[in-house]
Amino acid sequence: MARTPQDYDDIPGTFVFDAERSREGYGINMFCMSLMKDENRKAFRANEAEYLKRFKLTPEQIDAILKRDYNRMLELGGNIYFTAKLGATDGHSFQHLAAVMTGSSQQDYAAMMLGGGRSVEGNRSRSGKDKPARSKSKSKSSAKKSSAKRK
Amino acid sequence: MARIIAGVGSSHVPAIGAALDNGKTEEPYWKRVFSGFEKSKQWMAQAKPDVAIVVYNDHASAFSVEMIPTFALGCAAEFPPADEGWGPRPVPVVKGHPALAAHIAQSVILDEFDLTIVNKMEVDHGLTVPMNLLFGQPKDAWPCPVIPLAVNVVMYPPPTGHRCYMLGKAIRKAVESYPEDLNVVIFGTGGLSHQISGPRAGLINSKWDKSFLDNLTRDPKKLTRIPHIEYMREAGAEGIEMVMWLIMRGALDDKVDEVYRFYTVPASNTAVGHIILENRRKAAGKSRSAGKARAAGKSRQAAARKSTQRIASKGTR
Repeated sequence: MARTPQDYDDIPGTFVFDAERSREGYGINMFCMSLMKDENRKAFRANEAEYLKRFKLTPEQIDAILKRDYNRMLELGGNIYFTAKLGATDGHSFQHLAAVMTGSSQQDYAAMMLGGGRSVEGNRSRSGKDKPARSKSKSKSSAKKSSAKRK
Repeated sequence: MARIIAGVGSSHVPAIGAALDNGKTEEPYWKRVFSGFEKSKQWMAQAKPDVAIVVYNDHASAFSVEMIPTFALGCAAEFPPADEGWGPRPVPVVKGHPALAAHIAQSVILDEFDLTIVNKMEVDHGLTVPMNLLFGQPKDAWPCPVIPLAVNVVMYPPPTGHRCYMLGKAIRKAVESYPEDLNVVIFGTGGLSHQISGPRAGLINSKWDKSFLDNLTRDPKKLTRIPHIEYMREAGAEGIEMVMWLIMRGALDDKVDEVYRFYTVPASNTAVGHIILENRRKAAGKSRSAGKARAAGKSRQAAARKSTQRIASKGTR
């Protein structure tokens, strides 16, 4: 079943961890949570595919985990606070993961943050509603419109 | 009677905790962040609260996806620091205030806020980092008991800003109906703008943050009308945790004195925001004749006010 369209799907580069993704990604997040235990980290490292059989995961989710495709994991219901535990198990800093998800080198990502971060300008909306939200009621109604369009 | 004397807003960036734990506070990058909290520590040392209520969120430490309570009130006698993957943070065990916590639970549930009661819980950086920033790094014990209030801001939807604000009001009512004479400080933590997930990670919106802080002091009701999508669009997918600051604000007087503010970008992936708001004493709920008896407390407050100065937005851009 296709995802129910949501107003926040209009935010670019963002996978909101909502109730639907939480349901879909339960296995991913429980797998990540299991990595808080050293014995589990060892078992996972010894045979990743075998270890993943302990969890209820779809073939797409297994593929995303094995490939360390962090954006795909988020899309399939992973949550960043959980998937970060997989990154830590691989010995990566959080900044490394952030760089991977944004498709930049860690150096470039770090430089961007030092420079004040990613600007919101040009990053507000897929549908071109790229104006600061001024009137609450206005932004609400336009959000409704955009989700209606996608239907 | 117990009363809420002040509210503290503070980011709870995990890297700040790591910098403290690994002795990096003197590095220029971190000094920029920590220097903004020096006056806050002085303020807190003078305010000397008897209890702190700390509104924060758990980050897959105490709660996984097995249970996702919207509001969880810590009623235990103590809350050990959680192991977040690098061993528990080397901070003292957080002592609770079970009697006041139970009183708050009973009062706010009857006020129609359906809290989850937690009698066993570990606390992660979401709670301990703001405590470090305001109380420093005590070796053996924190200077006062703490009532943790964990809010779900990890799974969408978190409670609305309005709901948070109203819960703050209910908490205030509960505190003020507690018979013991206690001074309470309430913390709202998290934020400010940041996104740490997906291709848009790294988003910072200083303009929006500044407006949030301005309205927090002057016009919090305006903030209660911000829809979730605006938080996520303007302040980042994870910036939505700023709704927790509205619980703190709701627990204060309508008119407050902003005694301190600090803002800097970045700490790790996040804009760091911090504010201290004091209730005006005459609104503390006691009769005016009681004011004289509290003269000592009053001058303490005045001294605290003098020793802190408002620092205007001081970001890197």
